[in-house]
Amino acid sequence: MIQALNIHKTFHNQLVLNNVSVDFHPGATNLIIGKSGSGKTVLMKILVGLITPDSGKISFNDRDFLSMNTKQKKTLRQEIGMLFQGGALFDSMTVQDNIMFPLSLFSSMSYHEKLDRVNFCLKRVNLEKANHLMPSELSGGMTKRVAIARAIAPNPKYLFCDEPNSGLDPKTSGIIDNLIKEITKEYHITTIINTHDMNSVLETGEYITYIHEGQVNWQGNKQTVLSEGTNELNDFMFSTALTRKIKTVPLQS
Amino acid sequence: MALLLNLGLYLQFLGKIFRRPEKGKVFRNNFITELENLGLNSIGIVVIISVFMGAVVALQVAYNTDNPLIPAYLVGYSTRQSMILEFSPTIIALILAGKIGSNIASEIGTMRVTEQIDALEVMGINAAGHLVLPKVIASLIVNPVLVVFSIFVGTIGGWIAITSSHLVSTHDFLTGIYLDYSNYDLIYALIKTVVFAFLITTISGFYGFYTQGGALEVGRSSTKAVVSASIMIIISNLILTQLLLI
Repeated sequence: MIQALNIHKTFHNQLVLNNVSVDFHPGATNLIIGKSGSGKTVLMKILVGLITPDSGKISFNDRDFLSMNTKQKKTLRQEIGMLFQGGALFDSMTVQDNIMFPLSLFSSMSYHEKLDRVNFCLKRVNLEKANHLMPSELSGGMTKRVAIARAIAPNPKYLFCDEPNSGLDPKTSGIIDNLIKEITKEYHITTIINTHDMNSVLETGEYITYIHEGQVNWQGNKQTVLSEGTNELNDFMFSTALTRKIKTVPLQS
Repeated sequence: MALLLNLGLYLQFLGKIFRRPEKGKVFRNNFITELENLGLNSIGIVVIISVFMGAVVALQVAYNTDNPLIPAYLVGYSTRQSMILEFSPTIIALILAGKIGSNIASEIGTMRVTEQIDALEVMGINAAGHLVLPKVIASLIVNPVLVVFSIFVGTIGGWIAITSSHLVSTHDFLTGIYLDYSNYDLIYALIKTVVFAFLITTISGFYGFYTQGGALEVGRSSTKAVVSASIMIIISNLILTQLLLI
């Protein structure tokens, strides 16, 4: 389990996160949702160590992340996979080299073992024949799938996904959502997804944390998100024409 | 204040670069790629600039020493000395600051704004060391080779210009080339080159690494990298000349 406890973060005297405490559950998809600028990306970057909080505690299975030395952090980070908003594939490398990259650096696998792992991961994301393509030759959905393959290649215990659906059409978004959900169950990964995609929220939100103006405003799951929300959450959830229509249909329990 | 802040950040950045690479094999592969990117790909521009620089230096010396009391071999001598002491190490460094510096800053800056550097750091990789150290080491090795090559082709350029204009004979030109040659001059040139190579790669890596924003900022970082590296080359040129020649 990953725990964030009493996280505070200020940028240029502006409070971005105020006393945020969240538990992220293993083998489940944990969603952080909120409006743009609510602080959810900052929270995710704090969790993976890209930003240091002003105060608070982050623990990965009771290991205090913030008090670790560089070597301990490095070891822990090898248990983390991350899917970035734009994919963040290395431009100068082929798809195969991108996925092989973390294996080359942190495993003692032979080239053939690494290649087998790359092919396995590519098959898992339905991109069997994409080995030799360059990132510039991939569509948005393919980029996200390759990024997922790269994230899962070293068998991570924790998977972080920063807006996995941004820039994708609804159908491809659904494919990515299902893929993340399946991988989470298959490998019993603690998955944390940062999103404001309503479909994702309703599809994958086993545990949902709503961040409003830098604070945890509501916690629940996909069954309760439409019916038991706070005013701020309802304002966020029913902000589109589609969800407003849903609101008019009686919600089934 | 901003200058001091940048200097502190730059020194911290150097501390990050010079750490043990994650894996020797990966570093070796990156290093070989950089030898090609920074070295082989710069040969063309070095040849063109050096040939024309040598030719102009030789013609100007010939024009300014057109006097029966001044020996003709002085043209060859002056061309050689100018190329070794100043033109090849400094002008080539300034050209490479433009070519390599902007390349490094924009490459690393783009990696920063497209979250590729974040991806490296989340994987537990020292991104600064992984990206910049191979460039620094490759440049420290390949730039002296480029400068020696520049001195050689620059002198040939001078010889071609001077003999094709019938100003000085080949014999006189070569007499000047061999006259009073000192290895120390070449060592001085190579010391300058190594310092300039270090400045070019680390300063441009620094500006690229700390880029924030989007495409516009990548362009700005690239410009800042070239301008800062060029200024530092000029300043360190003066300091090194004071220290090594005076």
